[in-house]
Amino acid sequence: MSHTFNSLNRRRFLQSSALTVAAAASGTLAAPAILRAQGGAVKVGLLQPVSGALAYSGQQGRLGASLAVDEINAAGGIKSMGGAKIEPVLGDALSTPEGGNAEVEKMNSAGVSAIVGGYASNICLATTQTAARYELPYLVDVGVTDAIVTRGLKNTFRFGPGFGVIAKTALANLIAINDKAGKPAKTVMIVHEDSAFGSGLAKLLNAQLPAGGFQILETIPHPTPTRDFNNVVLKIKAANPDIVIPANYYNEYVLLARTMQQQKVRPKAAIYSVLGGAASSYKFVKEFPEAAQYIMDCNHWFDPRNPKALALKKKVEAQGQFFTYEVYLNYSSVLLLADALERAKSADRAAITAALASSTFAGHVMPYGPTKFVDGQNQGAAPANTQVINGDIQVILPEAFASAKPIYPLPPA
Amino acid sequence: MQLTILLPAILNGLLTGAVYALIALGLTLVYGVLHIINFAHGAMLTAALFAAFFMHKLLGVDPYIAVFFLAPAFFALGYALQRFVIGPAAHGIDSNILLVTLGLSIVIENAMLHFFRADTRTIDVAYAFDVVPIAGAYLSVPRLVGFAVAVLVALLLSMLLTMTDTGKAIRAVAKEKLGAELCGIDVAHVYAVTFGLGAACVAVAACLLIPTYYVNPHVGNAFVLIAFTVVVLGGMGSIPGALIGGLFVGVVESLCGLYLGESLGQIGIFLMFILVLLFRPSGLLGARA
Repeated sequence: MSHTFNSLNRRRFLQSSALTVAAAASGTLAAPAILRAQGGAVKVGLLQPVSGALAYSGQQGRLGASLAVDEINAAGGIKSMGGAKIEPVLGDALSTPEGGNAEVEKMNSAGVSAIVGGYASNICLATTQTAARYELPYLVDVGVTDAIVTRGLKNTFRFGPGFGVIAKTALANLIAINDKAGKPAKTVMIVHEDSAFGSGLAKLLNAQLPAGGFQILETIPHPTPTRDFNNVVLKIKAANPDIVIPANYYNEYVLLARTMQQQKVRPKAAIYSVLGGAASSYKFVKEFPEAAQYIMDCNHWFDPRNPKALALKKKVEAQGQFFTYEVYLNYSSVLLLADALERAKSADRAAITAALASSTFAGHVMPYGPTKFVDGQNQGAAPANTQVINGDIQVILPEAFASAKPIYPLPPA
Repeated sequence: MQLTILLPAILNGLLTGAVYALIALGLTLVYGVLHIINFAHGAMLTAALFAAFFMHKLLGVDPYIAVFFLAPAFFALGYALQRFVIGPAAHGIDSNILLVTLGLSIVIENAMLHFFRADTRTIDVAYAFDVVPIAGAYLSVPRLVGFAVAVLVALLLSMLLTMTDTGKAIRAVAKEKLGAELCGIDVAHVYAVTFGLGAACVAVAACLLIPTYYVNPHVGNAFVLIAFTVVVLGGMGSIPGALIGGLFVGVVESLCGLYLGESLGQIGIFLMFILVLLFRPSGLLGARA
């Protein structure tokens, strides 16, 4: 009995001290020293897959979250808690659900008040559940699988849209674009990654596209990582669909687009991505402008009418980084959490959860409707349609903030 | 399925298969002479991939130039490993060698995991997406280079074994160790040279792979499983067997990928592995029954 007790203590001690060392080593900002002087810091876990197959997205996410933390702290911290600063506890999910779970355990024993992040659907599914065991408020930054918020976990909130909403919007917009151009496209091929995100999305599209008048020629899954898309592209070439719909993460998306360009395979109407990992990424567009030309995407996008969003974009680009969706979703999520902390007036987990559930936060940078959480999902969240046109990314829908008209069907090569 | 995509798929398979063959060459050479299965082969491939990666990343050396440094370096490394670690630790007992190489692979892999972490890394070279149109297919330049080099290395190895004194010594040791020793052949040296050659093959394969492939501390495992299949398929210790086996496996993988999907593509290889073990345990060109 006493032995178990001791070893448990020792393990927790080792965990938390290891975490402190890790946090110090990874340069957890300069804040903690000042914080301890004030004695009232709120620890917030920032969990991202900063290594492994999703490393780029994870690093972008961490950047967005850290920028928000810096801003909040520079503006005087959480005022209702006597100006308590937010102390970020950084974690690496290693691009796997197991890695994410291990970090949640560590963050919990480090005494965080809430966690923001997760990025990939399969990671979020696992980490939210682990956090729920400790009644630890968890804000999903991206993770689009709808199952994340439909399992009845009271601690789990998602500010961005789930893929149910995204698929619905994507389909409605595709029909609108196609109808307006005189219905040049009828056949579709879907290429998706085979984990929770891609497979789930493919399933949704398979159910909804036929109702929209499209015929699905084939649905091709592939693992993450995949380093050869020759076979996939050959299949696309053989089937010759009017539209190709890719749904995968950044590296695979880039490789698929480049292999299509390499093999001179070009669908008649469009490459129309739904949550394409790179399709609306400034990094992809800048590095491979030819492969990216005219690619459409229905994805997360910032509000170009919002001066705060434009200021953030400028700040990120000044650091030599690309302004990708991971950045502004994490930035907005951390601001949302800070607002909840402000209203909760304490670092108590239950109080924060209640404050999040009743949030009507409006100070974010997304083109969303009013914030309102139902079962953890923000009802105002919505995607936008973009198209890569001559080395830049333009919003083509919704019309309220569109910056260009869609180029559809593809002009002859 | 139409011919227009079947043909490119087969050609792509042949190109990938050549690199499999190259990795299997090292394995089969070591088996043919040392009569041991080198479990550290995959870990050495991973190490070579990391070496090629860092030479490009830190020193800006193109992988195709790096091969001229890495192949001799890995030859020396392989030589030293056999001469000073595997040989002495094995005491001439085959099961010991098996365990020593397995241990080595674990040590190498975990050392890399410690130093380089589990990240999947890639390099970006200008020619990675260059293509040559052949017979209606657009074949990737790095893969064509890989194919040519793999065939060349197989040819050189065959010539080395049949035409040089070192090759004769290797074959003599393979046939009759005691007899060779009585004729004045330094058996320990020949063993080490053979192991070094196997390691050099791996270094060449790594330089051919890295422009279009990725590296992480576990990447070698995927290849070593395929390489074992190739060696068994082609016949243990047979160089032409490894080449033909490699090309065959490449085509099977490509066609399975095409018909069964990318997620299931490798199933075909291992089904074939089982079938070969069942019906032709000595392999296609295997000499020993």
